[in-house]
Amino acid sequence: MAKSDKTQNPAKGDVQEPGRRDFFVVATYAMAGLGAAAVAWPLIDQLNPAADTLALANIEVDVSKIAVGQSITVKWRGKPVFIRHRTADEIARANATDITGLRDPQDDVARAEKPEYLVLVGVCTHLGCVPLGQKTGEVRGDYDGWFCPCHGSHYDTSGRIRKGPAPTNLEVPPHNYLSDSVIRIG
Amino acid sequence: MSAEKFQNPVVRWIDHRLPVFSMLDHEKYDYPVPKNLNYMWNFGVLAGMALAIMIVTGIVLAMSYTAHVDYAFESVERIMRDVNHGWLIRYIHMNTASFFFIVVYIHILRGLYYGSYKAPRELLWILGVVIFLLMMATAFMGYVLPWGQMSFWGATVITNLFSAIPIVGDSIVTLLWGGFSVDNATLNRFFSLHYLLPFVISGVVVLHIVALHRFGSNNPIGIDASGPQDTISFHPYYTIKDMVGIAVFLLLLAMTVFFFPNAMGHPDNYIPANALQTPAHIVPEWYFLPFYAILRAVPDKLGGVLLMFGAIAVLFILPWLDKSPVRSARFRPLFRIFFWLFLIDAILLGYLGGKPAEGIYVTLSRIATAWYFLHFLVILPLLSMFETTKPLPKSISEPVLGSSGRSA
Ligand code: HEM
Ligand code: FES
Repeated sequence: MAKSDKTQNPAKGDVQEPGRRDFFVVATYAMAGLGAAAVAWPLIDQLNPAADTLALANIEVDVSKIAVGQSITVKWRGKPVFIRHRTADEIARANATDITGLRDPQDDVARAEKPEYLVLVGVCTHLGCVPLGQKTGEVRGDYDGWFCPCHGSHYDTSGRIRKGPAPTNLEVPPHNYLSDSVIRIG
Repeated sequence: MSAEKFQNPVVRWIDHRLPVFSMLDHEKYDYPVPKNLNYMWNFGVLAGMALAIMIVTGIVLAMSYTAHVDYAFESVERIMRDVNHGWLIRYIHMNTASFFFIVVYIHILRGLYYGSYKAPRELLWILGVVIFLLMMATAFMGYVLPWGQMSFWGATVITNLFSAIPIVGDSIVTLLWGGFSVDNATLNRFFSLHYLLPFVISGVVVLHIVALHRFGSNNPIGIDASGPQDTISFHPYYTIKDMVGIAVFLLLLAMTVFFFPNAMGHPDNYIPANALQTPAHIVPEWYFLPFYAILRAVPDKLGGVLLMFGAIAVLFILPWLDKSPVRSARFRPLFRIFFWLFLIDAILLGYLGGKPAEGIYVTLSRIATAWYFLHFLVILPLLSMFETTKPLPKSISEPVLGSSGRSA
């Protein structure tokens, strides 16, 4: 287009100013590009969680029946959530750990609102396997918390990553106590 | 194209308006093929055949399959037990997927050995690597459909690879899942894409063939045909030769389907998916094992993911890594040794990918991973600079017919 401009206006000489026509071409492409992006967005965003999936996003759990030292697994957003009623020893060890050397340093108090009940998303932060250590008799790893068999990640009694490929601690899901014994997760 | 060459008046009438018969004729008779191709050149046709079998059996399977987390596993069991010949169709689909990969791996190795990726066939090679990537995506999503334990956990681990991407990783994984874990939304979209991608592959195969026909096949000697005395027509010479390969392929496939249908699968996939329990030892399908070994060889999450994708990415730039003007390994004594070492390394990686990631296996995986990349990024560039190659024959006919080579 720019070329035809030039041939039609020989009077302008050799210097090629960006003509009006060039401006129209660029503007047209820009508008078409915006239009294409606007159409593409719904097609991509429909892949994200739908409203009903989001609506199912919280559950309530009664923790009073979990004996000391026991754990239960509940399902939240399609994933396992671990709730462990920790023993005094487990709590003490979680607190005694010097966090400065940890991969993902975090105090135990920041992870458990009530130290007796530790609530964790039971999904290894490496590639998403469910770690072992919930049932009695299962391997709990070198730090007596949980052990992921997929690629060998060890978590401690606070669910913090201590050894293996996982980059971060087991996630603590958003939760709050509705009463002394009922927790709402999500 | 003159339509007169056809006897049948209907054919002539159609060809005059829509020259499909001329086009076919052109491929069959006018397309010159080097006369010295060996059986390694069968595998392209075999791959096409495997793709056709996958599409036919897949479309039929889809008629009885239900893409829902509550029904998928049972619908596949129903295909196996109740649907007429369902077991046969599913076993053909399952095993042809494995055969497809065997054939394509041999096809790729053929290209590596005879230097088929070199000028002027770089785009042909790159389109091949694109097909390979699409095949891997298709097979991965297909394996999720029966919704067994390996389906579910394979899907979980592989989609989680994307969470290694800094900052946006987690949002991408949520987008892939359509939820907060692998679930019904994931299964549905995987089915949709599993149905679509084989047709995308077919499209890229057409481009692959257009690029092939631009310069014709490479050959075991790796030099260009110097004239008509070096070539023969595709039909009947290579159609016959391809038939031999097809017969052997179908024989082996039938043997596997009827006598060892589950040999290449994993028994855990006959256990329904359970989101609360991971199998003790998860492994992907055998054809992904070398890449899985590379992933696990690296102690860092992002590093492992990058190297795994890098292992395929290097194939894209291979034509520019190996700059030796000599194509065929027959005339490259050192390259030939390193080719076989590379093959051993790739097989070793495959073996290690199936072993637990502990002790000696991790160390070996690291060495084998390092060698994989050294081969492409260091050894091949160095070889193309310093290797003394053997003298090339003057023409394709010469090694067979003596120095003149003209008598053909
Ligand atoms: C590139 C070609 C293809 C490849 C590599 C491929 C691969 C696979 C694999 C590995 C499975 C899992 C088999 C199992 O363990 O049960 C599968 C399942 C399935 N595929 Fe394909 N497939 C291809 C083409 C197609 C096409 C074109 C369709 C048509 C819709 C299709 C429909 C299905 C269905 C319905 C299933 C689930 C039933 C079953 O698991 O056997 N596939 N595919
Ligand atoms: S998924 Fe847990 S260690 Fe890899």
